[in-house]
Formats: sequence, C-alpha cells, structure tokens
Amino acid sequence: MKTLVWVEHDNASVKDATLAAVTAASKLGEVHLLVAGSGCAAAASAAAQIAGVGKVHVADDAAFANALPENVAPLIVELMSHHDAFIAPATSNGKNIAPRVAALLDVMQISDILSVESEDTFTRPTYAGNAIATVKSKDAKKVITVRGTAFEKADATGGSGTVEAVSSTGDKGLSSFIGSEIAKMERPELTSAKIIVSGGRALKDGDTFKANIFPLADKLGAAVGASRAAVDAGYVPNDYQVGQTGKIVAPEVYVAIGISGAIQHLAGMKDSKTIIAINKDEDAPIFQVADIGLVGDLFKIVPELTEKL
Amino acid sequence: MKIIVPVKRVIDYNVKPRVKADGTGVDLANVKMSMNPFDEIAVEEALRLKEKGAATEVVVVSIGPAKAQETLRTALAMGADRAILIEAEDVEPLGVAKLLAKVQEEELAGLIILGKQAIDNDCNQTGQMLAALLGRPQGTFASKVEVEGDSVSVTREVDGGLETVKLTLPAIVTTDLRLNEPRYASLPNIMKAKSKPLAQKTPADYGVDISPRLETLKVVEPPVRQAGIKVADVDELVAKLKAMGVAA
Repeated sequence: MKTLVWVEHDNASVKDATLAAVTAASKLGEVHLLVAGSGCAAAASAAAQIAGVGKVHVADDAAFANALPENVAPLIVELMSHHDAFIAPATSNGKNIAPRVAALLDVMQISDILSVESEDTFTRPTYAGNAIATVKSKDAKKVITVRGTAFEKADATGGSGTVEAVSSTGDKGLSSFIGSEIAKMERPELTSAKIIVSGGRALKDGDTFKANIFPLADKLGAAVGASRAAVDAGYVPNDYQVGQTGKIVAPEVYVAIGISGAIQHLAGMKDSKTIIAINKDEDAPIFQVADIGLVGDLFKIVPELTEKL
Repeated sequence: MKIIVPVKRVIDYNVKPRVKADGTGVDLANVKMSMNPFDEIAVEEALRLKEKGAATEVVVVSIGPAKAQETLRTALAMGADRAILIEAEDVEPLGVAKLLAKVQEEELAGLIILGKQAIDNDCNQTGQMLAALLGRPQGTFASKVEVEGDSVSVTREVDGGLETVKLTLPAIVTTDLRLNEPRYASLPNIMKAKSKPLAQKTPADYGVDISPRLETLKVVEPPVRQAGIKVADVDELVAKLKAMGVAA
C-alpha cells in the first residue's frame, strides 16, 4: 500500500504530530508525504529527513498558506489517484481537512485511530474513550486520522526522501483567511510535553490560576493544561483544554490540581504514565485514576510544593 | 435566510457508558438519552442569528430512530420553527452527510450549523463531509459566528489558539464548546413545540444509499487504571517525585 501523509508544519519545520502519523502509515506500507504551504521549501527538506519516508510532494502556493480545506482538499484528492490511503494527524488541521477529502473520495473516514491491526482494520476510541472499537473498512481507499499519543514518533532524521513539486490546484475562492491569535509558547507544547500541570475550576479565577499553576509548571519544566470548566470560566484560553474535545495528552507525569475528574477530562489524559492528583474532595473521581493522590487545600499545598521542589 | 441545524440523539453526557458483555457495542437500553451537547449549541446559535434578524427560519433535522422525534421536539421547544426526521438507525457520518446534502437541495439554506462531533462515536466528520458534498466552504470548531451580507466570518478554536476565516454563503459551520450557552426550553414553549410541524421521511425518499462502509468487529472497555496511593503531605509527595526522577 502507498500512503500519503499530511505534514503538519510552520513552513520552516515539521511539527511532532506528523511523526506519529508517519509511524502509523509505515504499518500500511510505503510512506509518501504532502507538504502544502506557501514558502514551505524548508519544511519540505525537513520532511524528507524523516526516517522511512519515500517521496515528499510539495505544493507551494499562496492558496495553501493557511491550510484552508476548500483549497487543500482538491489537491489531496488529485494526489489520491495514485495513493491507497490518506493519513493525517488528529490535529485541528487534520480534523478539518481529512473528512472533506474522505467525502470527495466517497470514503468513510476512520477517526483518531489507536492502532493498525491490518491493512483495513484499526482500533479507535468512542464514547470519550470508554469504549474501544475495532473497525474494518470496506472502502477501496482509506482516509484516517491518527491519535498522536497512541503511536511512537518516527525519527525526525536519518531519512532520504525525494522532494517533488506538485502543481497547485489553485484557490477555489470559497474562503479566505482573516487572521489568528496564536498564543506565544513560553512553555513546552501540551501534546508533546513530558510533564503537564493542569488546573481546574477550583483555582477560582485567572489570576489565582496563574499564581499557583504557572510557578509549579516552571519549576518542573512542564506544560500547562486546564479542564473544560477552567477554560469555560475564562481562567486560561481554549488551547489549554485537555479532554474529549480538547487536546489528548499522555505525558510521563500529569499533575491534576483542583480537577474533579469528569469523564470528558479523563478521556484526554488517562493514558498518562503517572497521574498525580491534588484535590480537597477525597471522593473526587480523579483519585480513582491517580497513582499518587494528596487530599487538601490546593492554595496551601501548591505553593508549598513549588517551594520544596 | 434559512438555517438548517442537524441534531443527533445520543447518550446523555452525564451517563457513564458501559460496554456490552458480548462486545458488540455500548449498552443503551434504559439509558438516559439527550440531544448531543454540541448540537444544542448549534441550535442556540441559529436561534440567536434569527433573533438578531440575520435569519428568518430555523429548520432542525435528525437522522435516527423514531425516538429522535423527542430530540427534534426539544429543538422546537428551544425555538426552532420546524423539523424533519429521517428515520434510520446507525447511519455513518458519510451517509448522514449525503442525506443532509439532499435536504439542503430542497431547502436552500444560507447556513448549516452542526455540532463539531457527536459524543457517542466521536467521529468529528459530518460537517466537513457535508461541505465537501455541497462544494461549499466550512468553518469548523467555531467560537464566534458573524453573518455579514453574503458571507460569514467564523472564529475557530485551533491547536495554538484562535483563527478567523471568512466564508461565502451558503456555508457550513460546526460548533465548539464556547460558542454560546444554550437556553433551556420554558414550559409554555415545550407545549407550543408539540404543534410545530415535524415531517417524517426515510432515506429512500431521498434516494440515498446509506449502507455502512465500516464494520465494527468488536467493542471493548479500555484497560482499567488502578487507583494508586494517597500521600499524607507535601513532603511525602516531594519524596515520591524525587524518587521518580521528576524533581532534583
């Protein structure tokens, strides 16, 4: 099988989420990549270094600058005439683009796969990860998104892919990019961090969230996450949210502070290697999944912990 | 301008799903069912656009079992004008998108607002597929929607933060959690909803083949995490973290 993998990039370098998708694709056979962007030659040469990669298709055009699905999907459909599967990491771009490609190919997408069982059979989470389904696709071509935490990352170097330019399918004129508010990353990125410190509604407000969670995270060199309740209450922006519909994470250590542990939150972090929970309610569901629990007032515990580390 | 809002009847989000012992799926017998939470947000957004004068009619559509009528009545009680039920069980997102595309051919709505994903199958596909089949633009994971003349500006929740796109109408929007807070239906409106029009259809009426493309071989519970230990104080926690090599 020949698989085309969507490369997540910022024109200069390749994002980590791509590497897990490459590993999933390599289980199906030959791996080709698609780098679509505007001024993305550097990202294309970085992609060609990924271990095990064959051809790197590069579509460099202003129409692809912001990965607008209206413009990118027709490009992928054209490339799919000589590929058997399309795989994207389950990033916001991947989730936006892949189903559009699937419908244009008349294929039922397999979302957020956890494993590749065979060429046509995969496992995927349903019901917020409370039920793992094994599904077999009857479609001739496959369209798949990959859960990043479920696959090892392919080596970013050691490969020798050949870069090949593909012609643009143009701007379809249906949509335009107006702008973005992308938070500056002062800390590690959530989905690739080794340690995550997350806060919940019990943090009270944005200022106390920052005053308690941020110093501890910085002491541990950790990324900062949050429960939906904390994001809804406006303590931190949406890109901090961990859970069923937020980010799915599986760090070495996940520290849940003032998070009760709703199933929607657990769905996003329960594959973490070690879970540490700090909560004043000893019956909070988070303690049912925590390896180490500490019951008490977080406003006393967290500053003391930060101090003693 | 007309707005179509597809809604799905799913397990209530407060219920913990249990996998059936025979591994064929999740046990839904005698389980509380509700409107998919993201679809409630979609209904609310459509109603707000109508209240602002940006839309004239809100049509809700459900593809599901006969009982999905209850879900449609909920949407009507929130304020939607009329409903269409296409009766069919377990239709995959691709089939749902094909049926909705046919509905749109008849209704010619300016906007179709859907939940970004259903909390049962967690697919996150239908809106994008519908946009593809209709050849129209999509604004997924919306946290803000503004109709301006013949276009809509959609602010989207993306991995790094927010981004805004402008789409030519007709367009497809899928909702994220923070778009709005859905209203509760008042008792008088629940009574009124009973007499609002609800059309009953079948996939055959639209000539759409909805045979499944995916076969579910088995469904299992995820590996269970064992609860660990409780420590008494911060010193003990620090000692554990040091033993794990997390802290120096």
